[in-house]
Amino acid sequence: MSKISLKNIRHSYMDNPVDDIDWALKQMSVDWSDGGAYALLGPSGCGKTTLLNIISGLLKPSEGEVWFGDQEVSNFPTDQRNIAQVFQFPVVYDTMTVYDNLAFPLRNRGIPETEIDKKVREIASMLDLEKTLMTRASGLTADGKQKISLGRGLVRSDVNAIMFDEPLTVIDPHLKWELRSKLKELHQQIGTTMIYVTHDQTEALTIADQVVVMQEGQVVQIGTPVELFERPQHTFVGHFIGSPGMNLLPCDFDLGKIVYGGAQIETSNQLNVDNTATRFEIGVRPEFIRFADSGIPVRVEKMSDAGRFSIVETRHGEDIIKLLVPDGGHVPSESAFLQFDPKHTHIYADDWMVD
Amino acid sequence: MDNRRSNKKAWFFVLPVVALVAFNAIIPLMTVVNYSVQETFGNNVFFWEGVKWFEQVLNSDRFHDSLGRQLIFTGIILSIEVPLGVAIALTMPRKGVWVSVCLVFMAMPLLIPWNVVGAMWNIFALPDIGLLGYALNSIGFDYDYTQQPLSAWFTTILMDVWHWTSLVVLLAYAGLRSIPDAYYQAAKIDGAGAWAVFRHIQLPKMKRVLTIAILLRFMDSFMIYTEPFVLTGGGPGNSTTFLSIDLVKVALGQFDLGPAAAMSLIYFLIVLLVSWVFYTLMMKNEGQ
Amino acid sequence: MPLELKNVVKKVGADTHIYDTSVELVENQFNILLGTTLAGKTTLMQLMAGLETPTSGEVWFAGKNVTGVPVQKRNVSFVHQQFINYPHFNVYENIASPLRVAKISKKEIEERVGHVADLLKLTPMLGRKPSELSGGQQQRTALARALVKDADLVLLDEPLANLDYKLREELRDELPKLFQDRDCTVVYATTEPTEALLLGGNTATVHEGRITQFGNTSEVYRKPSDLLTAEVFSDPPINAAEVELASGQFSLNGQVNWPSASTKLANGSYKMAIRPHYVTLEQNSEKALKLEGRVLVAELSGSESVVHFEVEGHPWVSQSPGIHAIEVGQAIDFYLDTTQCLYFDDNDKLIAE
Repeated sequence: MSKISLKNIRHSYMDNPVDDIDWALKQMSVDWSDGGAYALLGPSGCGKTTLLNIISGLLKPSEGEVWFGDQEVSNFPTDQRNIAQVFQFPVVYDTMTVYDNLAFPLRNRGIPETEIDKKVREIASMLDLEKTLMTRASGLTADGKQKISLGRGLVRSDVNAIMFDEPLTVIDPHLKWELRSKLKELHQQIGTTMIYVTHDQTEALTIADQVVVMQEGQVVQIGTPVELFERPQHTFVGHFIGSPGMNLLPCDFDLGKIVYGGAQIETSNQLNVDNTATRFEIGVRPEFIRFADSGIPVRVEKMSDAGRFSIVETRHGEDIIKLLVPDGGHVPSESAFLQFDPKHTHIYADDWMVD
Repeated sequence: MDNRRSNKKAWFFVLPVVALVAFNAIIPLMTVVNYSVQETFGNNVFFWEGVKWFEQVLNSDRFHDSLGRQLIFTGIILSIEVPLGVAIALTMPRKGVWVSVCLVFMAMPLLIPWNVVGAMWNIFALPDIGLLGYALNSIGFDYDYTQQPLSAWFTTILMDVWHWTSLVVLLAYAGLRSIPDAYYQAAKIDGAGAWAVFRHIQLPKMKRVLTIAILLRFMDSFMIYTEPFVLTGGGPGNSTTFLSIDLVKVALGQFDLGPAAAMSLIYFLIVLLVSWVFYTLMMKNEGQ
Repeated sequence: MPLELKNVVKKVGADTHIYDTSVELVENQFNILLGTTLAGKTTLMQLMAGLETPTSGEVWFAGKNVTGVPVQKRNVSFVHQQFINYPHFNVYENIASPLRVAKISKKEIEERVGHVADLLKLTPMLGRKPSELSGGQQQRTALARALVKDADLVLLDEPLANLDYKLREELRDELPKLFQDRDCTVVYATTEPTEALLLGGNTATVHEGRITQFGNTSEVYRKPSDLLTAEVFSDPPINAAEVELASGQFSLNGQVNWPSASTKLANGSYKMAIRPHYVTLEQNSEKALKLEGRVLVAELSGSESVVHFEVEGHPWVSQSPGIHAIEVGQAIDFYLDTTQCLYFDDNDKLIAE
C-alpha cells in the first residue's frame, strides 16, 4: 500500500485535441494519501470515471504520469497495479458459487488453498455473506451481487486501492443507506485507500473523508464535507452541494466595498482593492439567510413546504434568493427584508473564492 | 408486475398461423401415419397391417447401418463446427470497420443454396479436374471421393464444415458481443488469464446461443440430404447413404410406401427425442 | 369528480397486488402516490390508466364507468421512470406524435408543439434525436409529449428517479407550474417523502398494496392517521418507542419524563413517534429532553446531517441542519422536542399530538 499521485495528468478521447472542450480531463495533479477515503463527486460527464480508469490502468492518459509510492506505474497494465474495482453494474462469475467468486482473484495469483479459505471466510463474515457462500452467485439479488464484487476487491491483501464506480446505482433505495454505512465501516476496519465515484452528494459526503468535486474535466475543490458545505471554493461547489444549493448573486465591487441591493455586504473573505476579475458574486446558502426588519428588500414569491422546513423563494430585482424557514417559522406575506449571516457569506471573483 | 390484460381478440391474429401449420405439417404428418400402418398396391386400396412396418424397419440391418452412419456424421461435424465456430468468433474484432467486413464474409456460405453447394464441391473435389482433388493427388494423397469411402466422408464433412461453421460463428459472436465491458475489466483486475476469461465469462455468457447453435446444427445435419445427394449420391456403395437419402431410396426408388412411412416416423421421433433431451439438459442449470 | 376507484382489487394468479381500494382523486390537482418500490404504486396507476383491468371493483372517470375500457380509448398520458421516446424521431416529431395520431391539423400541431417546447425549454433542441440529448432533456421530451396531448388524466410514474439530483430539483420546481392552468388531473408516483411535500397537492400513502391514507399532503404528513402512514411518510425513518403515561407525565424507559399536553388520555402505555428533525444535535427549545446516545452511523446529505444512534439498545435517528463531523462510536447528547411527539394506541391509530 502506498500513496497514489497523479502528476500533470491530461486526457482526451480524440486523436488531435485542439480546443479546451476536447479534453475530457484538463491538466491536474492530485495526491491520494495511503488509507484515505475519497469521493469523486460531479455531474454526469464531468470526467470522474475517466479519472478513475486512469488510476486503475484501464485507460492510459494522453499526458502525465501515475505514481504509486515511489514507483511510476503509468505503463503498467491493470493487473500489475494491484487495484480493485467495483463497477456500476455488479460483475459476478455466474457459473461459480459465492465462495469461488471471492476466491477467484486469489487463485489467479497462485495463493495456497488454505490461505484462500481463511481469507474468503473472513471477508464473507464482514459482508454478511456467510450463509450464501455455497450457493450459485447468479441467483443472488443486486445488492448481494454487488457485495460479491466488493468482496473480490477486499479479499486481496496486496491492493493499493479499491475503486468504486457508482456502485449503488442498481441498489433499491431503502437498502442504499445500509450499504453506505457498511462501506464506511469496512474502510475503518481494513484501512485500504478507497476512491468512490458518484454523482450523489449524500453518498460522497457520507463515505468520504475527503471529497474531490469535479466539473467539466477539472477538479474545483478537494475538501472535507464540512469545508464543502461551509466554504465552497468555487461557485459550482456551492451550487452542486446542498439542496437547494447556494444562492449566487451578482454584485458590485467598488473601492474595496462589496455592494448588493444598494447596501454594503459583509463577507467572510475579503478581496484586494485591485482585483481585476470581471465578475463578482456573493454566495450564501439558504440555511444562512433569515427574514429581518431591515436589510435587502425582497418580495416573497413562493413557499414550498418540505416538512422540516419551508423553502421560501424571494425576488430582489432580477435575482431569486432562496432561504429556509424552520417548520412553524413566520414568513412575511409580500415585501420583506433579508439578512445574510456574514460568517457564511462569501465573495467570488470569476467563480473562485479568494482568501 | 408483467401481467398484461388478457385480450381474447388476439386469438384471431394467431388463427392464420394455426391454419397454415395444419396444412403444411399436421395433415401431411397424418398421411404418413396413415401409410405407416397399412399396405397399398395402388388404386386407393388399403389393407390394415398394424405395426408390421415398424417391426420390419427396426429389425433391418439396412436401417441400422444408415442410422449408424448418420450418428457418426452428426457427431463429427458437431465436434468440429462448434469449437471451430467459437474459436473464430473469439478472434473476430469487437469494434471498428472490420466488424461488418468479417460479418459479411462469414455470412456468405450461408447464402448459397444447398444443391449449389453440393455441385460446387462435386466439381471442386474431382480428382482429375477439381482444384481440391487435383491438388491433394499432386501432393501425394491417393484421393478419389467417387471411389473411396474414406475420401467421400472426408469431402462430405469438409463441405458441411465449410457451409455451416459460419452459423455457429455468427451466433457465438452475438453472444460475445452482449458481454458488458465491465466483465472484461473486472477480470483484468482479478488477474484472470485468457483461459479463465473464456471459461468463466465468455463461455457462460455464450451458453444460451451455443445451445441454439448446437440444436440447429444437430437437426440440420441429422436431416442432411441435398448436399451429399448431389456430391456422392450416397456412394461409393452405401458409404455416404445417410438416413434421409436411404429414406428417399425406399420411398421413391422402391416405392415401399409402408416401410418408408414407418421409417420417417421413427426418424422424426429420434430427432424430436434427442433435441428435447439435449435442450432440457442444457437448460436445467440455467436458474433464471 | 375526475377519477375514482371503487373497491378495486387486483390479483395476479394467487398473489394480491392491490387489496380492496377505494379512492377519489382531486380534480385538476397533483395526486401523489407515496410508497416504497413494489408498494403497488405502478399497479394502481396502470389500473387508473386502463392498462390493467381490476380483478373486481370499478374505475370511474368523469361520471362514467370506464372499467375495462382500454387505454387507447381514453384520453390519458403516461410518463415512465425510464426515458421513453421514439429513437428515430427528432424532438419535434416526438412531441407531435400523439397529435398526429389524433389527426390534428398541421398548423395546430405546429402551434401546440411550439408552445409546449417553450414551456419545457426544449425549443433549441427540437431538431435533435433523443440519443443526442442529456437524460434531463430526454425526460423533458417525454413530459412534453404527455402535456401536448391535453389529456384529462396525466400519470407520472417516478419521472425524476433516473435523473441526477440537481436536475431533479430543477424539474421538480417546474412541474407544478406546468400543470397549473391545465384542465387535467395529475397522478404522480414517488418513493421520496420530501418530493411529495414539495409538490404539494394531495398524497395517498401506499403500503403493500393498500392505501393507508389519502388527503391534503401537508395534513397527511402532519397528522398521519396511523403509525404505518407516519412511517411511509418519513425519510429518514420516523423514530418510534413505547412510552408510559402516569399522572400526566410520559416516561421513556422509566428515565426521561415530560408532561402530557392532552388531558384526555388515560394512564397506560402508548406508542410514541417523533420525526428525526425533532431529535437534534442542538438544544432548540428549553423543553427539549436530553438523550445520551452512542453514534452508529452518520450520513451527510448536501446540507443536513442524519445520525443514527442508540440509547440502551434502542435505535434512534436524528436529523440536524448543517454538515457536522461525527465519528462512529462517539457518545453525543441529542435533544428531543417533546412537543412534537405523536401518540398512537394499541391499534396504531393516532390519538394525540
